[in-house]
Amino acid sequence: MIVLFYNRKTKNRISTAWMLIAITFVIILPFILGAGLYYKSSMLFEQNSLGDLLFSKVWKPSIGKFGFLTFIMGSVWVTFIAMLISAPICIFAALSITQYSRKFYLRIIHPVIDILAGLPSVVYGVWGIIVVVPFISNVIAPIFGAQTMGYSILAGAIVLSVMIIPFILNILIEIFRTIPIELTEASLSLGATKWETIKYVLVKKAVPGIIASIGFGLARAFGETMAVLMVVGNMIQIPKNVFDAGYPLPALIANNYGEMLSIPKYDSALMFAALILFVVVMVFNALMRMLIVRYDKY
Amino acid sequence: MIENTKIKVDKLNLYIGKQHILKDINIEIPENKLTVILGPSGCGKTTLLKCMNRLTDLYHDVKIDGSIIIDNEDILHTKTDVTEIRKKMGLLSQRPFPLPMNIYNNVAYGLKISGRRNKKALDARVENYLKQVNLWDEVHDRLREPASKLSIGQQQRLCLARGLAVDPEIILADEPTSALDPISSETIERKFEELKQQYTIVMVTHILRQARRIADYVVFMYMGEVIEQGPAKEFFENPKMDRTKAYLQGAFN
Repeated sequence: MIVLFYNRKTKNRISTAWMLIAITFVIILPFILGAGLYYKSSMLFEQNSLGDLLFSKVWKPSIGKFGFLTFIMGSVWVTFIAMLISAPICIFAALSITQYSRKFYLRIIHPVIDILAGLPSVVYGVWGIIVVVPFISNVIAPIFGAQTMGYSILAGAIVLSVMIIPFILNILIEIFRTIPIELTEASLSLGATKWETIKYVLVKKAVPGIIASIGFGLARAFGETMAVLMVVGNMIQIPKNVFDAGYPLPALIANNYGEMLSIPKYDSALMFAALILFVVVMVFNALMRMLIVRYDKY
Repeated sequence: MIENTKIKVDKLNLYIGKQHILKDINIEIPENKLTVILGPSGCGKTTLLKCMNRLTDLYHDVKIDGSIIIDNEDILHTKTDVTEIRKKMGLLSQRPFPLPMNIYNNVAYGLKISGRRNKKALDARVENYLKQVNLWDEVHDRLREPASKLSIGQQQRLCLARGLAVDPEIILADEPTSALDPISSETIERKFEELKQQYTIVMVTHILRQARRIADYVVFMYMGEVIEQGPAKEFFENPKMDRTKAYLQGAFN
């Protein structure tokens, strides 16, 4: 009996300690990652100032000039346009599903979301190449009088927007579903129409959640690699419009790691690109949290 | 028996899916009186109340037949302008649900969406209705704060004010005091006593003592049916049906 009792206590202590280790590990993980990236990319600072690295567009690895502006702009363009496409779609789809449609749609939307979210990104990339790219070069670009092969910022943004829709939509549906129906009832009984109720009451109530979902989408979109690099063109230039090819940061890393490492400091440069992604995602997260607190007063 | 009928519910049946929730409801609600719909939880009181301003439209697979006539108009008719009939009725729910905006706009909301945007007129009306519910003194210096910062009792009075602000003729109240402390409850009850001079009030409650205190007219429901209805005095002193007698003696609930 004594032995058994002792045994149980030991087990208890071990499991408690293990949980503590596990949670500590998870919490310091981002710091380990960040520190590693910083350490690996620090060699770059010997020749280039931080300002040069971020705001110069001179990319001449052979003479040790690494200006990331081109790649940063590539990422910003693709991400921004992808959000511009997917945010309105998601908001209206979520409203339609939670406020207008019969329950049937709510039941089928979850499997659909799961499928979209579960597809490997290379599948989206292939779809982009065989559908989106030709569609842009044959249909959309001519409308605007532009000439393009189709491999462009717009192609990357469209593929990206489709990829992040399930994630944003999933959060938004949850948010609109959890708004109590009594709030809708109150607004309607004051003589508001359904649309007025949605516009002035439901959306307003959901603002923190909408911000959160968009922030989540942004962070995901900014780092998405495979599908985007397959359709975005990968030319080292700052895009002037959406039909230009671009070269986002994740594509830079994926295309060159292991290939160009004979050039001195090239690996440091790629680590720096990773560090930029890391910092941007962190800043996004912090910013979104601040916004959520700011708007979460109702 | 009733001089002026404000709301007449005629052969109303309501189903949710295959469940028969309201069974052949026939009631008349007198104008400018306080009518209490009384009955144990789950007997369909709230559903009946929600039929009166067609909030039942919000729920899928609800089927209704019969008619509810308010001012000679069958509000259940598909051609009825739902927005217009809802404007005639203020709604007070079990728990207060202030709109996600500041105190001022909670009261001004109904006015603003119906097109009244004159700043001075709005100010005056907001002040007037907040005074009517005895909230003005407590909030006049923080009208721009979110309504959610008020206490529950204050929020419920605010909800009453915003309902009154759109000039309804009828007030529908669904156990409006059930989430409130005794003092706030009393404020609401006393307010209702005053308001019934101008408004037809329909209040759902399962609290017998509350019904005794304030009802002019009582509709007693049990299991989706109306068991008995009549003037409060008669209902409480001389109930006709056995079920009513049992309920009044506290045999169930």
